[in-house]
Amino acid sequence: ALPSWEIEGMQQRENAKNPKQALQVRRSSLSAWQIGERTAGPKTADLKSAQKHEKGKQQSASDRAGNSTQDHLEQALTYFERGKSSDNFNEVLQKHLATVESIALQRGLSPEGLDVLLNVALSGHLVNTRILKCLIPASVIAESSVVSAVSWLCVGKCSGSTQLLFLRWLIAMFDFIDHKEKLHALYGFFFCSLQDEKLGMQPHLQALLSLYKLFCPELVSITLPAKMKTYFKNSESLWKAAINTIRRRNQGTSPTSQQLILGTGHPQSRKRKWNTQLILPACSTDANNPTRSKEINHADILSHSESFPVEQLHTFSQLLQNIHRLEFPSQMGSVLRNSLLLHYINCIKDESIYLRLYYWMGQTLQEECTWYKLDNQQYEEEFKDFLDIVYKTECFLQEGFSSCEEFLYKSLPLWDGFCCRSQILRLVSWIPLSSFSEMKPHLCEPLAQLFFTSSLYFKCSVLESLKELLQNWLNWHVMQLDVESDPKISPLNTTLSGLVNSVAELIHFVGWIATVALHLENNATFLLYFILDFYETHSCPSLVFICVRIQRALKSLPFVHSFRYRTNLVAAKENELIKKTILQFKFSSQTYQEYNQYIMAMVGCLWTSSAFQKDIHPQGIRLDPEVLKKTRVQEVRNSFNIVHHPALMGYAILFLQQAWPEDKTLNFNLIKGRRWNWYLEYLYVQGLQGLKLFIESSINRVSQVSQTKSGNVQV
Amino acid sequence: MYKFSYGNLKEYSRLLSAFVAAEKQKGLAVEVGNDLGIKVTLSTLLGLKGTDQDQVAVLVQIASRSQLPFENAENKVVWSGWFCCISGDDLLESVPEDFTCLSLFLANGAESYTAIVGSWFQKTFDCYFSRLTISPLNLAWMAAMWTGCKVDSHMAATELVFSVPCIPQSLDISYAIHSEDAKALWDTVQKTPGEVTQEEVNLFMDCLYSHFHRHFKIHLSATRLVKVSTSIASAHCDGNIKILHSKHLIGVLTLLTELAISQIQ
Repeated sequence: ALPSWEIEGMQQRENAKNPKQALQVRRSSLSAWQIGERTAGPKTADLKSAQKHEKGKQQSASDRAGNSTQDHLEQALTYFERGKSSDNFNEVLQKHLATVESIALQRGLSPEGLDVLLNVALSGHLVNTRILKCLIPASVIAESSVVSAVSWLCVGKCSGSTQLLFLRWLIAMFDFIDHKEKLHALYGFFFCSLQDEKLGMQPHLQALLSLYKLFCPELVSITLPAKMKTYFKNSESLWKAAINTIRRRNQGTSPTSQQLILGTGHPQSRKRKWNTQLILPACSTDANNPTRSKEINHADILSHSESFPVEQLHTFSQLLQNIHRLEFPSQMGSVLRNSLLLHYINCIKDESIYLRLYYWMGQTLQEECTWYKLDNQQYEEEFKDFLDIVYKTECFLQEGFSSCEEFLYKSLPLWDGFCCRSQILRLVSWIPLSSFSEMKPHLCEPLAQLFFTSSLYFKCSVLESLKELLQNWLNWHVMQLDVESDPKISPLNTTLSGLVNSVAELIHFVGWIATVALHLENNATFLLYFILDFYETHSCPSLVFICVRIQRALKSLPFVHSFRYRTNLVAAKENELIKKTILQFKFSSQTYQEYNQYIMAMVGCLWTSSAFQKDIHPQGIRLDPEVLKKTRVQEVRNSFNIVHHPALMGYAILFLQQAWPEDKTLNFNLIKGRRWNWYLEYLYVQGLQGLKLFIESSINRVSQVSQTKSGNVQV
Repeated sequence: MYKFSYGNLKEYSRLLSAFVAAEKQKGLAVEVGNDLGIKVTLSTLLGLKGTDQDQVAVLVQIASRSQLPFENAENKVVWSGWFCCISGDDLLESVPEDFTCLSLFLANGAESYTAIVGSWFQKTFDCYFSRLTISPLNLAWMAAMWTGCKVDSHMAATELVFSVPCIPQSLDISYAIHSEDAKALWDTVQKTPGEVTQEEVNLFMDCLYSHFHRHFKIHLSATRLVKVSTSIASAHCDGNIKILHSKHLIGVLTLLTELAISQIQ
């Protein structure tokens, strides 16, 4: 972007020649300037000469750039700087003014440009109002410009209304000023001007100071009438809309841009209906406290039980110190930006807080949802940002919002799968645990429709978000268990069985869509990765080995994935054993039967070389001999055992090479008898601990010597 | 609205006056209580309820004080708005204590004032304003229901406006019927007096559409109904309402409250 280039260029040239002098001129003028002193004449001239110097440099740089609009801006700035204030109405002035205004509104002005224009505006130029109104920064405002602008106020060359407009501008742009140490030193100047006859203790200055006192009481040294209620006109509205637009254009990721969205501005100049901008409310103290309107209670003063204004809350230690007297802001939506208040929400068990947040978020989500709107381009970015904020808050609180859940249920059927995709899928992962049959029509059906008709990438994203959903449910449940350390029988049973049912149904759903997806995407390995990732994540007693179905769909598993697949199985088996003892949860006997059948099928594949046989389970992997003939895979029965399995064949080859180095033909049939055991040991040494666990827990070797074909299965 | 108290209406009036004056004036801040050119009053409208459980309606009026000294201090109302909720408790679940539920807001006057008043309420009471859009289905219901209402005095024509998306500008078709004819048609359609079903509404509209088609060969059912005007009231899909007959005020407001609540939920 151009502004940053300019700054870079400036710095280069400043370092090149005569930079120190220029800077020193400024610094000396600043240090000589004391609070309350009126300075005029030579100091300001020095400033101006320094600026001319820099302006000249800037102009040459831009000529090199060759950008024509930049040229116009440069010319305009130079003109303003050197022009006399007498010819105010000539065309040249107007033309340059128009240039500056248009560039300001399009891109914002660089710090140097702002510097020049500020000085011009406050030094008595007659078009200063127009100039001040277009002073929109593209990036930051140099503190030195503000300081020099304030010095102009001392000179007294501009009118009172201009001074006031400058103050309004300063308030609106305060966040953009890069450093503020010198500004802090200037507060004394503002306080002195209050005693000035011209300005006087105007209500707006008083109000400004009392507002500031709310934020930083230690900086405001004068006394102000307490509890004074004053309203300012929303002075930022002149600039706010333009600032927002330029932010988006310049893609500013600076922290100041984030702060901006915390506005309370409702642009009034719009002809359309108001409330069109999605703006998170700012944290402001609740003005609607009924105790304020009553007389001051003496007991309250004595006990210092005044509420702590929420604007002053900046650190965690402040939160802890004032937690007993902290009030929530007047608009609950503002907590989304404030992690300290989110901590506070976690502690307080007040229904009205949740209700307020629920109403506000539900309404905002519904109103701003861009796929209901006709021309949604400009709003989509705002909505995406908002969804991101909601997601981050949910991650912070580690639970989902019910208003968000309802929004998803309402809008997923209408979603095109494209708009705000990553945000929506992430929010799906935070849907609170509930009965799956309730969720099914709202979540699963629209999601499945989109899933089957979309790209591979979308499918993987959906699988990932469902994996996260499962993880969140399990985590939440574990937290519940921790909280209720002394579980009562019936709630624990219901929640646990509810959890298991929902989890089981979710896994079943995922298994279904995964299988179909593999067919559709022709067993794409990318997809397979995500599917296996899903199954690897959960560690609850798994009822599903729909993996088996996947195996059936494939004629040969790729190496990596089937390896993981084995570790899945083993991990599940191990966890199931652990959980059984801890939870004393009753699995139905049907579950055990299914489980046993899966184990037998697996063992049949891996060990006893009887793949695809004897499996009466409907989800098993028995295949008719005719089908097997069609696959034209020789020796189907042992094609998946630990020697011939594609995933493990590499190991078998290495083993054979080590055991019979002189034998060039790889005869896998050599691996039997006691060599089978050696091979098994070899595999364990290579790190296949999962395999070891599985075999040792599922297979009971009858004898160490004769083992190849016989193996009993034990659960 | 959170922590809205009917007892504090005077205080709210003062605060809102200052806020409105600050927004309207140029530059200077406004202190509460000073003499301003604007006076805002909040008051209750006691009769505007459907059932006893409904919250009391609140009226907000902005009056500009005349600046000329010799004129009587007759304040001219420049904007008014009211919050109400008519027969809403059937549809809303029980609302907790600190909350006041007034789901319908009607405003009359310049939109800039509506924006100012709305933003003050949002900031102070943590509520949310959204525009009520009326779907063609609901407009058809209104057409049917209002046509069926008995009006003693002179009846204006019943008019339906349809919008057809065209390039470059959308086409508006206005279909006006004598209200006696419309009422006669509705009376034949409606089976049970006092009850209106979806089938009856559809039949009513289909009759009107087929009549139009017979004469103009245009299928109005393929267009979008955007405005309905009857002698009782008129409604536009953007949410602009005109209530013409005071006798049926509560009925119209009940319907609008129902629409507002369904949009919230």
